[in-house]
Amino acid sequence: MIQPGTLIELEHVGVTLSGKSIIDHIDLSISDNEIVSLIGPNGAGKTTLVKVVLGLIKPTSGYFRKQKGLRIGYMPQKLHIENTIPLNVKSFLSISKKASPQKVSRVLDQVNIAHLAHHPMQALSGGELQRVLLARALLRQPQLLVLDEPAQGVDINGQAELYNLITEIRVQYQCAVLMISHDLHLVMSATDRVVCLNHHVCCSGHPEYVSNDPAYRELFGLEKADGLAVYAHHHDHVHDEHGNIIPEHPRQGQEEESNSAFSKGNRDG
Amino acid sequence: MADFIWNALLAGIGVALIAGPLGSFVVWRRMSYFGDTLAHSALLGIALGIALDINLNIAIILCCVLLAVTLVSLQQRRIISTDTLLGILAHSTLSLGIIFIGLLDIRLDLMAYLFGDLLTVTSTDLMWIYISVLVCAALLLVFWRPLLAICIDEELAEAEGYPVAALRLLMMLLIAIVIALAMKVVGVLLITSLMIIPAAAARRLALTPESMALSASVLGCMAVAMGLFASATFDTATGPSIVISATLIFLCVYALPARISKPT
Repeated sequence: MIQPGTLIELEHVGVTLSGKSIIDHIDLSISDNEIVSLIGPNGAGKTTLVKVVLGLIKPTSGYFRKQKGLRIGYMPQKLHIENTIPLNVKSFLSISKKASPQKVSRVLDQVNIAHLAHHPMQALSGGELQRVLLARALLRQPQLLVLDEPAQGVDINGQAELYNLITEIRVQYQCAVLMISHDLHLVMSATDRVVCLNHHVCCSGHPEYVSNDPAYRELFGLEKADGLAVYAHHHDHVHDEHGNIIPEHPRQGQEEESNSAFSKGNRDG
Repeated sequence: MADFIWNALLAGIGVALIAGPLGSFVVWRRMSYFGDTLAHSALLGIALGIALDINLNIAIILCCVLLAVTLVSLQQRRIISTDTLLGILAHSTLSLGIIFIGLLDIRLDLMAYLFGDLLTVTSTDLMWIYISVLVCAALLLVFWRPLLAICIDEELAEAEGYPVAALRLLMMLLIAIVIALAMKVVGVLLITSLMIIPAAAARRLALTPESMALSASVLGCMAVAMGLFASATFDTATGPSIVISATLIFLCVYALPARISKPT
């Protein structure tokens, strides 16, 4: 049984695809109203974990539990729509299971793209498409919003703007958020908890506000950094080139550690 | 005009009406080779239907659905790529069909099945066609939104709780029905064209999926009427005349100046 107030719960979840272990021994739970940022390098198994949460794949080991009748809104990483489908934003949103014309125009307003309602889907810019996908996720009145790398391909100011929008929306909808990012150090400032994944959970903790750190603001040339926060990793182990865990070198300093935690991961910046 | 022309026209229009939306699905999901494979297997359905003495339309539909299910399960094993798989299945089932027809010593006008035989449509055929059209139209109306959802993105549809596997099967069943019906009109080898050419032409005229599906039906009906008229006037083969009419319509639509699609 799942605790009241807990939306989803993963216990020792592992997924093996064609003999290869993708994720292993994941313990994770998300409560009402909580914002969890899931970070990790490319190939760490983030998308696989999301698919477990969405019920698209079954874990090969461990347990996945969710609250009965939980409504999950899902914003995919990318969406390619064939040119052969004449589809404008409004018709795209109307395909969602629970959509009605009133709901569609309401979510379009909420993500500030009412003016795009009659635009063809194929002609949207990256940032516009993200807002459309967010609107589609909101149509389900989600209790949990799952966002798979929403800031991908957006510059850092656009990222801060998007995070602000998500923070606002979360207050309106009173929903929990599971946000996936491959950016290892920059997360949404409203995040309650950061979980760092590299096949297993490497570390988790609370982020610090970017706005508290003038060095970061200068580094990224930010005008509006309110939406962003930094996350300092605290690992007790490092990964070699194959992702295997090796115990931390005794002489390695705290500062180096946060950067060397992922030997094959892409660094931010 | 002679009765058989009226029967032919009504039959062709019935099939074109339902081929419009289904053809749009085929175009959206890039399944035209898939449709072709199912059509090729229809001949095997005919041979088995005659051998087992069951209704030929039902035999064709069963054979197509069986093939579709086989195909999907083979696809999931990912041993060879889908287009190779389709090529293997299309031509082996067509060959099997022709061999069976020979072995069973069935008296059959093979040309009629390969290229259609619209001018011999009987009133029983007509009844079958319009019952199927009504059934398909009803299913399309009820399941339009979910079917469209899996055409756009299966993963997103599944995450939103649509029963994707069942919907895929429904779509295959509908395509199988269209193939069984269209066989009489244009024949095994030309069925896909009756589905995809009007839909491809309609793409240029439509701004929404619904209007594309409906325009495809209208353009398909025009192609049937034009083809029949040409066939009667110039004494050309009916099925191929309909296909060429559809192609001409397609070319005309694309020769028109592009609609300035300004968002309103």
